Order: sequence, then C-alpha cells, then structure tokens
Amino acid sequence: MPNKSIEQIANDYKEAYKNVTGRVTICGGTGCMAGGSMKVYDAFQAELEKRKIGYCLNITKGCHENYISISGCRGFCAAGPLVSVNDIFYTHVKPEDVPEIVEKTILKGEVVDRLLYVDPSSKAHYKTTAEIPFYSKQERILLHDCGRINPEDINEYIAHGGYAQAKRAYTEMTDEQICKEMIESGLRGRGGGGFPTGKKWDFTRVEPGPKKYVICNADEGDPGAFMDRSVMEGNPNAVIEGMMIAARAIGADEGYVYVRMEYPLAVKRMRTAIKQAEELGILGENIFGSGKNFKINVMEGAGAFVCGEETALIASVEGKRGMPKVKPPFPSQSGLFGKPTVINNVETLATVAKIFEMGAKEFRKIGPENSPGTKTFAVTGHVANTGLVEVPMGTTLRQVIDEVAGGTTTSDGKVDKNAFKAAQIGGPSGGCLTKDHLDVPLDFDSLKGVGAMIGSGGLVVMNENTCMVNVARFFLEFTKRESCGKCVPCREGTDQMLTLLTDIVEGRGTMKTLETLEELAKAVQKSSLCALGKTAPNPVLSTLKHFREEYLAHVVEKRCPAGVCKALASYAIAADKCKGCGMCKRACPVGAIDGAVGKPHKIDPKKCIKCGSCKRTCKFGAVTVGA
Amino acid sequence: MNERFAPTDKILEENGYDSSKLIPILQQVQDVYHFLPEDIMRHIADKLNISPAKVFGVATFFAHFAITPKGKHIIKVCNGTACHVKGSAGIITAVKEKLKLTDTKVTTDDGLFTLECVSCLGACGLAPVMVIDETVHGQVTPDQAKKFIDEIIAAEKQNA
Repeated sequence: MPNKSIEQIANDYKEAYKNVTGRVTICGGTGCMAGGSMKVYDAFQAELEKRKIGYCLNITKGCHENYISISGCRGFCAAGPLVSVNDIFYTHVKPEDVPEIVEKTILKGEVVDRLLYVDPSSKAHYKTTAEIPFYSKQERILLHDCGRINPEDINEYIAHGGYAQAKRAYTEMTDEQICKEMIESGLRGRGGGGFPTGKKWDFTRVEPGPKKYVICNADEGDPGAFMDRSVMEGNPNAVIEGMMIAARAIGADEGYVYVRMEYPLAVKRMRTAIKQAEELGILGENIFGSGKNFKINVMEGAGAFVCGEETALIASVEGKRGMPKVKPPFPSQSGLFGKPTVINNVETLATVAKIFEMGAKEFRKIGPENSPGTKTFAVTGHVANTGLVEVPMGTTLRQVIDEVAGGTTTSDGKVDKNAFKAAQIGGPSGGCLTKDHLDVPLDFDSLKGVGAMIGSGGLVVMNENTCMVNVARFFLEFTKRESCGKCVPCREGTDQMLTLLTDIVEGRGTMKTLETLEELAKAVQKSSLCALGKTAPNPVLSTLKHFREEYLAHVVEKRCPAGVCKALASYAIAADKCKGCGMCKRACPVGAIDGAVGKPHKIDPKKCIKCGSCKRTCKFGAVTVGA
Repeated sequence: MNERFAPTDKILEENGYDSSKLIPILQQVQDVYHFLPEDIMRHIADKLNISPAKVFGVATFFAHFAITPKGKHIIKVCNGTACHVKGSAGIITAVKEKLKLTDTKVTTDDGLFTLECVSCLGACGLAPVMVIDETVHGQVTPDQAKKFIDEIIAAEKQNA
C-alpha cells in the first residue's frame, strides 16, 4: 500500500510549488541535448549561484524563487536548444546567453529579443509558444505535458492529474467497463496497423488466465520517426499509466517495455519513472488497495527492425532470434511465453489516460469518424521546422507542411512552397504522396485509398532535388538488410528488387528491368509472411505509380532528372552564369575544370568523376547537373 | 574458476541463469568485453544449458552484437531517411576515404576507429547526424566529419 494517496502527493507538490517565483525549463530531449542543452542547464545554476539568487532543482518543501528543470522533447528540434523562462520561449540558446537571460528576464522580467523565435518568412518575433505558428497550428493532447513537466519527477505528473485515471480503473471500474470505454473511444493502434485498441483488449480479456502480459512496443525502427522516443523521454509516466489501465482491463500482472537500444535516454527515463512509481506504491502489489498486482520490466532491443512486428518482438523478449510467426494464433490468444498478451505501441498507450480523462465521447469528437483522436508526426527532411507535431487525424498534408512545419525548403535552405516534390509517409513500409495528394486528409482510411499508409507517423518531406528512384532504392536497401530471412519471398525478393533498382540508378536498366521489378514487387507483397515483407515493395510500387516518368528517364534516356544518381550525372557550367572566379577549378579534385580568370569555365567530361564538388562550391549556381 | 569467465559468471548469476534473458545477458557481456568472443558464448551456452548454436544465432541476428573486436572509437553515421535526403551518403564516403575503410572493412588497422552506418538515431531534426562515441553531432558536413576524426587522432597522439 502506498504511504500517501495520489491526491495527497498532488496537494503536497502544489503546496511546495507555491513558493516558486520563476521557472526555467531547459529542453532535455535528444535533439536539444545534442545541441548542448545540458551545458545551458549547468550555466543557469552557475550564474544564479554567482549572483546569489535562490534556486532549486527539485520541488521539495522550502523550495523558493527559481525552479530550474529539464523537460522532455518539445518537438521544435530545428530551433534547439530550447529554454523557457516562465512563458517566454527562447531558441538556439548557448551557455554564453545565460547571463543576459538571468539579468534581463529573471531579474527584470524583460525579454531578450535576439533569442526569440523569428519566423523565416514574415520576420515576426514571437514571445511565447502559444504565438508561434509551429505550436499554435497544432492540437497537442498527447504531447501537452511533453516539454512542460519534468519527466524525471513523478510528483509533477501526479500534480497535473496523473495516475488519477489508473486509480479509477483499479478501484471503480470493471475490466469489461474499461474495454467498453476503449471501444467507444474508437482509438486505433498508432503503431501503423490501425487495429481498434479496445477490441484488442477485449479479445485478450476473455481469454482464460491467470497469467497474461501487457507489452509496450517501443521498438520504433522506422527511419525518420521519433514520436515514441519523444513521448518516453518527455512523459514516461503517461506510458506507464496506459500500461496499468491495459493490465487492469485484461487481467495482466506483468508488463514489458521493449525499447530499441538506440534510445538510451528513453530507456533511462522509463526506468526512472518505473522506479519512482514503485517507490510510491503505484506499481507493485495491491495497487490502490485493489488487491491487484502489476510490475513492469524494461527490455532493450538489440537492433533489429523486424522486432517492431509483434510476434518477432515477443520472440526477442523470450530470448530468441527475433523472427515473426504465422498468425493466427494472435498474441491475444497465445503471446509471450504462450500466454494471452496485449501488445500496444507507445503512442497508443500514452493516449489511454487522456481518453479516460476526457471521456470516450469527447475523444471521438476529435478528427474523423473512423479515425478519431490526434496523431503525432515526425516531420523531417526538406522543411523549415523539422520536429515533432501533433494534429487531429484528418488534417491535410498541406496544413502539416506549410502551416505547422513552415513550408518546404530548397537545397539552400530557403522556404519555397513550390519546391515540394513528394512526402514519404510511413517509412520503409509506406508510400509516397505527391503534389496531387496535398489535400488528402491524413487518416487511416483516406491514406489507404491513395495507396499509402499512416504508419507510425514518420513524414519525410522531399524537395525537387530528390530522385525518387534513389529514394525507393534507399528503402529497399534498408528492408533487404533488415529482412530476417525466415520466408523466401521477403529474403530473396527484396534482394532481387534491390539489384534491379541498382541497375536502374547505375544506368544498366532497360524496359524489361522495370517490368520485372513491378512483377516481383507484387509477388513479394502478396506472399511474404509478415508485415515487413508485405509492405517492403510499397515504396517501389508507389514511386512507380506516381513518378514513372522519372524511372523512364533513368532507363530510356539514361539521365537522372534530379541530378542525384552519380553514374548518370553529367556536370556542365552555364556560361551565362559563370563569373570565372575559379572557385570550382580549385575545388575539383581531378583537375577537370579549366578556364581563364573572369571568363566562363568548362568541365572536361572525360576527366570528371562526378563528385559534385564544383556544384557545392559555386556561389552563382552556374554548375548544372543532369540533362 | 577461470579468471576470464568471472565477469560473465557474475552476469549469468544476476540474471538467474534464465535462458529467456539471453539478450540482456549478451548485452551486459558485450559491455564488458566490447564484443562477444567465441569462448565466452560457448561458456554462456554451457551455463544456460542451451546449444552454442542458439547463442550464436541470437548474437548474429541482432545488429547490436559484434562477434569481432571493434575499434577504440565508434563512429556512427546515421543513414535514416531524413539523414539520407539531407546528404548522409557524402559523410559516409568522406569517413571511408579518410580512414581507408570499405563496406566490408569497417575497423581501421590500428584499431582506433570503427565505422557503423546505422538506421535512424531518432535525432532527425538535426539531420544529417553523426555520433562519435557518445557525442552527437548534428547538421554535419563531409569536411566537418573529417575534422572530428583529425581531432581524435591528434588527441590520441598527444596521449600516446
């Protein structure tokens, strides 16, 4: 039994917090930490110490004046390291900026204008996150507390209403009622499959016990996706609370969080949160006096993309090679160690407590009828504001890219809405969306209708300098490497597709290559064992469908329209743009460029090794590639 | 008791000689030896009462496990989608040129560096990303990548 009730913990925290006059929150997400945010954290302490200004790093009784804390990922990774002082939001903060922030903002309440976020197109300065379009255009339900609360202090989560829903589930609701509420909410699995979560729970609930498991799938392997990492780093307790409610619903007493080892910070934060929950008696035996037990183990994946597939993940937790099994039986019937198991994605589980808080009916009002709720997307690639965004399901691609992410960027980093060429959604299993799809609502069914999928939420935006054949080849290279080798269509099929794509990008492709590629892709899609193989051909098929002319250019004309495929590239200098400065001549490693000072230069195609140095060096855009 | 196996035995004991914990056991063992030597894997199989083939099978299945020794400094270049479209291939080429490495030869002859191309480190906002040992470098250019390596080589020489 806990020593203190959660209501008491919340009250104590709020009482202690009353003495805090200012709060400095430094983003401690992976992105900002790579940018040096922990040095900023240290600099704040040093500066306040130097000026003998009171501060604390923990909210305990007697804490007064300034509270310095870290937060989880705030999503606006492009502008990191991020710091907020009360509600004033600073970007690109360096340790050298700290004395000025202390002097002006903490002591006088003034704003340091040069550290505010400046909109790249309107040049407007924004003082708070609420004003910045990146945030104001989002609807942050799941991420609401990410970046606000200290992820390493369970008390703050509790003070914000945390674990109240878990308590309700354990003390006031029956397992049947919990499943019913989840079914009514219409929540669909956020890992990519989109299966109704409530139904999954209910299937597992009716299976005979007593031993059942809950697994949190945090093996976020899609390259270009980091939603789950951010949630675990920013609000690990929300994941734990979701797992607790799931456990209560199905009658499980043990759970696993399977996190990929590339996420050391997420592992650490999950472990810290679990330990704190155990210490407070929230996890463990006789939870909230209900007589029910639940414990959570954290397991680090050892690096295999296929382990995102649920049966492969289960094999890996059991200590075996992570290979998928034929379904049925589904994990709800025979999962971990042969016991009924519910396996949900991080984002799904983190949404659970929010659904219980607002009620299934209210939750259903967000987004379209068949895909209710919000969805987080990791928006990356050629956009102004790369980062993590949360929008209602059904928001269009155009809104996400132009309004939230600040628009597509050209190769020199300028925002140009016309530069948009395609967006890859759903990672290596997904498809590409083109200019024609900019107004398609992003939800499970609409995307399926255009041959793509929402996947886990990776959204890579590509500008016109991207070669789609190269992108398809890139994904195939990935799936080929990650194919576990159990079934032949996936193991051999991905390998052969990669060979064919390599032929195309290296100029050996013919019309027959295209034909074989398409035929093979369809065969692999139909006959593979698990989702990895079934979806591996998607990038090929969708680029073939939407960018066939680009494939034809590679095959028939032996040229790469985007100038990416090295073997097909031909470099030339446009005489009208060349100023004869000689920069390219000096940059060329093989001496293929010649020309007099002040006169247009020329490239000798026989000597040129197509390295691209001249193009990168030229300040006048005189070097052209391709046709 | 064989001295060499002592750390492994301790890890096995902490995990209760439970063969379902093979992956965490191998992870902890690799932390000690920096790779998974064959005799150690045989020893683990012996103690867990499973076949060496099973241990070897798991060790070769997952990307994180190394069955050959790695270099002193691990350079990870991210080749996830976001990094790829932002030019990580150029960084990989630059590192390979600089350290005279190839697709199959990933560790330098002096045992100082190992190059690993990894799929997505989840820091896509900073693409292209390169991680040297524990330090994450964002928005790296090929020239910067070479500079980072030069800095390590210089520091190594100074310490030598």
